[in-house]
Amino acid sequence: MSLFSSTAVLLGKELRTEFRSRELLTTTVVFILVVVVLFSFTFDASSAESRRFAASLLWLAFLFAASLMLQPCFLREQSNDTLSALRLSVKDPFAIFAAKLSANTLFLLLTELLMLPVFSVLFNVPVFPVFGQLVVVLFLGSLGVSIAGTALSAISAQARMRELLLPLLLLPLLTPVLVASTRVTLALLDTEPYMEWKGIGFLIVFDVVFLTALWLFGEYLLEE
Amino acid sequence: MTPPTVSPVGIRFENIDKRYGGLYALRRVSLEIAAGECVVLAGRNGSGKTTLLRIATRLVRPSSGSITFLDRKNGAITAGSQTGFVAHATMVYDELTAEENLLLFAQLLGLAEPAARAAALLAEVGLTDRRKSLVRTFSRGMRQRMAIARALLNEPSIFLLDEPATGLDPQGVSWLAGTLRQMRDAGRTILMSLHGESEISALATRAVRLEAGSVIADTRTGASLPSILAFAGA
Repeated sequence: MSLFSSTAVLLGKELRTEFRSRELLTTTVVFILVVVVLFSFTFDASSAESRRFAASLLWLAFLFAASLMLQPCFLREQSNDTLSALRLSVKDPFAIFAAKLSANTLFLLLTELLMLPVFSVLFNVPVFPVFGQLVVVLFLGSLGVSIAGTALSAISAQARMRELLLPLLLLPLLTPVLVASTRVTLALLDTEPYMEWKGIGFLIVFDVVFLTALWLFGEYLLEE
Repeated sequence: MTPPTVSPVGIRFENIDKRYGGLYALRRVSLEIAAGECVVLAGRNGSGKTTLLRIATRLVRPSSGSITFLDRKNGAITAGSQTGFVAHATMVYDELTAEENLLLFAQLLGLAEPAARAAALLAEVGLTDRRKSLVRTFSRGMRQRMAIARALLNEPSIFLLDEPATGLDPQGVSWLAGTLRQMRDAGRTILMSLHGESEISALATRAVRLEAGSVIADTRTGASLPSILAFAGA
């Protein structure tokens, strides 16, 4: 079975199990809602300050949500040793990563899109005039977070202090993505919005480099 | 269950070492399982049985040494896809139905007619009536049937089982023994770890005892089968 077909089959499994239990989506949406609401109390929604800080707060909330979402990514495969079953069944182990990072990106993007209207109202920042551009940066940022996060989730799942290890490894590694995503979002939320192409270029390069590294070395992360 | 006759495949372990840090899980294990043999691995907990089985599946890479799959004439062959593995865990998803589980793995294995193969195996393990039920609603015995069905999807020549009778009631053990007997008679090579004597251990044509990661007794080199199995239950 080709890499693409295996990935499609595994992605179907990831989506089916999540939409059946809604464990990750429910937890993450509630969590991110609480974070955004709490942040909103610290700013005057009518002031320019709100516009200045909103982008960084938004990505900080997304980072918290991502670390919550990525933790069980490989841990769930351990309870019944299903990761071994997958390794014995797929020809290319990268299919396991490709499916998981696609699912994580989709879930993260879905959470972000659900949060955007709430964020817009609470922070009094209009997002709909730049919605298309925002989706682009949300996608590239979420993809970067998911690629690095999925790889680290595979590593931390086999470690003893797994709950602590993932955020510990994730935060420094994701700093460049978060900085770039925040800068692009800040530019889009400006009173005169513009697309910061330098940031978009950086996000694309980050995604391509990490995806290539995962494709080359991912197999070793799955070994016992 | 009436498994088709398969091309027998054997396994040769040569000087296998497996270290986790400074701890040896296996030490200089050399063992040759002939095609069509039914071998029981016996030994106390932590003696290296599971590690040896997982090395045979290639889920675990040995620290040193080699593993070779052999045809009937002891010629080396590539047999990565000819192994079926039943681990201590079920290796199926609790959140999927029995049918979805088998279909998923059949598709990943690239089988020609995954739906038909999944349906046939569900019938063989007696779970057709529960094919639409989530695996998390199954009893231990039903889960074990699912585990065996998954391992048989690709009609493996070598069947590896890690303590397959754990948690099964007497009826479950009898069913498993009957299933394994048919597999053995069909020419499959069986290598399984067991604790103690049972209907399943009675199928063994050979027994090997491991202790602290080394082979210390083998019926092929003169040890008696009952003594090894009796020891394993101690």
